Amino acid sequence: MKSFTQVTGIAAPMDRANVDTDMIIPKNFLKSIKRTGFGKNLFDELRYLDEGLPDQDCTGRPINEEFPLNFPRYQGAKVLLSRENFGCGSSREHAPWALDDYGFRVVIAPSFADIFFNNSFKNGLLPIVLSDAIVEQLFQELYANEGYELAVDLATQTVTTPAGENFAFEVDEFRKHCLLNGLDDIGLTLQDTDAIHAYEAQRKQQAPWLFGAIGPE
Amino acid sequence: MAGKTLYDKLWNAHLVKERDDGSALIYIDRHIIHEVTTPQAFEGLRIAGRKPWRVDSILATPDHNVPTTSNERASGVEGIEDPVSRIQVQTLDDNCDEFGIVEFKINDSRQGIVHVIGPETGACLPGMTVVCGDSHTATNGALGALAHGIGTSEVEHVMATQCLVAKKMQNLLIRVDGQLGDGVTSKDVVLAIIAKIGTAGGTGFAMEFGGQVFRDMSVEGRMTVCNMAIEAGARAGMVAVDQNTIDYVKGRTYAPKADQWEAAVANWRELVSDDDAVFDKVVEIDGSTIKPQVSWGTSPEMVLPVDALVPDPAQEPDPVKKSGIERALNYMGLEAGQKITDICVDRVFIGSCTNSRIEDVRAAAEVAKGRQVASSVIEAMVVPGSGQVKAQAEAEGLDKILTAAGFEWREPGCSMCLAMNADKLGNGEHCASTSNRNFEGRQGYGGRTHLVSPAMAAAAAIAGHFVDVRDL
Repeated sequence: MKSFTQVTGIAAPMDRANVDTDMIIPKNFLKSIKRTGFGKNLFDELRYLDEGLPDQDCTGRPINEEFPLNFPRYQGAKVLLSRENFGCGSSREHAPWALDDYGFRVVIAPSFADIFFNNSFKNGLLPIVLSDAIVEQLFQELYANEGYELAVDLATQTVTTPAGENFAFEVDEFRKHCLLNGLDDIGLTLQDTDAIHAYEAQRKQQAPWLFGAIGPE
Repeated sequence: MAGKTLYDKLWNAHLVKERDDGSALIYIDRHIIHEVTTPQAFEGLRIAGRKPWRVDSILATPDHNVPTTSNERASGVEGIEDPVSRIQVQTLDDNCDEFGIVEFKINDSRQGIVHVIGPETGACLPGMTVVCGDSHTATNGALGALAHGIGTSEVEHVMATQCLVAKKMQNLLIRVDGQLGDGVTSKDVVLAIIAKIGTAGGTGFAMEFGGQVFRDMSVEGRMTVCNMAIEAGARAGMVAVDQNTIDYVKGRTYAPKADQWEAAVANWRELVSDDDAVFDKVVEIDGSTIKPQVSWGTSPEMVLPVDALVPDPAQEPDPVKKSGIERALNYMGLEAGQKITDICVDRVFIGSCTNSRIEDVRAAAEVAKGRQVASSVIEAMVVPGSGQVKAQAEAEGLDKILTAAGFEWREPGCSMCLAMNADKLGNGEHCASTSNRNFEGRQGYGGRTHLVSPAMAAAAAIAGHFVDVRDL
């Protein structure tokens, strides 16, 4: 997995609550069997004025000039700022894949939907929860200052504004460790192979009907 | 010591290891897979030279991309007209063949929507942990299982290790007591719950549905409720095991057989929250006050009783919510203060993992019987959730009732719930839909979804606009 230590970059606004995963990456693009290439269709229905198709070259498509991510000032943004319940809806990991492929490394919001939050960590995308009041402050500063950049440091768990103001954020110890070191979850779990076998043996004794019911036909 | 909740018991029974950092390894009993969220996981296994830990824990079926017209369906995978969809379904077939995973392929009579076939075949049972790369996996919680959606990285993780890295959630009890009125269904109950607690109300919680309304509810009705736990923010929804659950499971293909049945039932009867269990949060609703519901906006919490008026953003003090209402009204093409019953529907969709089981088809047929779909409705389709549901409905003659009334009777799949196949809304069209999400563009580019129960959807098809099914 891609590691995450620190990132400094332009912050872009997605100024609404309940940004859902259908909005982040519409279903037409879930037909891909790859993990990459979703960035050009991130927020497709908001970003473009026509309906997007999978595998389409997006360079000639009509752009929605009113959508903030299309503003010149937010090009190259690495931090996305949004409102509560970001990433609600489906479990599609294509949502963090699309954000990552577009170039975002961090999403800051007052709250996240559980599955999206979890999926993000598996892909080197850091979701940061800050209070409503701080998020509101960041929105105000971002709107008022072109080229507004935020610095995010995972080791020290801080977000720093251009004025040098620091905001602390919480992160699970395990997730932080994996993200800082780019660790493969599966490899870590397989270190506990013995414990899994032991559990399985005991479970087979207690609930044998859970094993072997589905098999070659 | 305080008693345990159903979730506590399920969690404890599957705990492989607690780590020092607060995370845990949870053993997964059943893994259901479909074509959309697995190709990258199989690719990951191949790259790392890994194999599934327990092939007999996995059951596969294609559902999201499959066509639902009998013509397009006739020649199987080869016949899928959209080449990108075809590759995805073919990839699932190839991966299952390569790794020896049992799959109900596109034209297998047992194929269907993952969350319909899991319980219906007995692949998902009380007391299990069930995962699937699909957020509506909580459906299986209706059986007294710990079931939730996972991402593709986790699909790969579960295939490789039979475990999930998890952190224990908090306990939330939604208690709905009293008796539901005539014409009020499980779908109306869950929509009313989401309206009350909001789409983030269950975030971080495992949600148990308790109270008289759920005791009285059929197991299929409980599935509809648990299915939409995620729309209230909760990854997992569940209902305690009772005699209804046990009766539902008995005799299903993969359910325990004679020699193991009694032991299994004894084990399952423990799957209830103890009387003295402590929940972190309790929400109470009086079931007798719930009316048939219709969503008007672009989030499942934007839902109202059918006799209500579309809300006025001017009345909303919170600026973020106010702009949300304005954006939703604009997208939906509705006016503040408009009667819900004045919203005309262009298409009607009865189906999805929320409402495509036999009871749902029966409810739609009961309303449709002897009536006609309004001429203003472009298309009204009924898409059964599985081959078994389809066969059962046909054995009961429900397909004939529906087609005589002007509904289309389709082949099983996810269909217009998320429009990954050819079934979709046109730009600006309003749809009475029994599915679970009314997000912008969910059912087709520019499409406008209104979430309702199967009876309410059928009634809207007949009237051409929303009506209170109780007035028919």
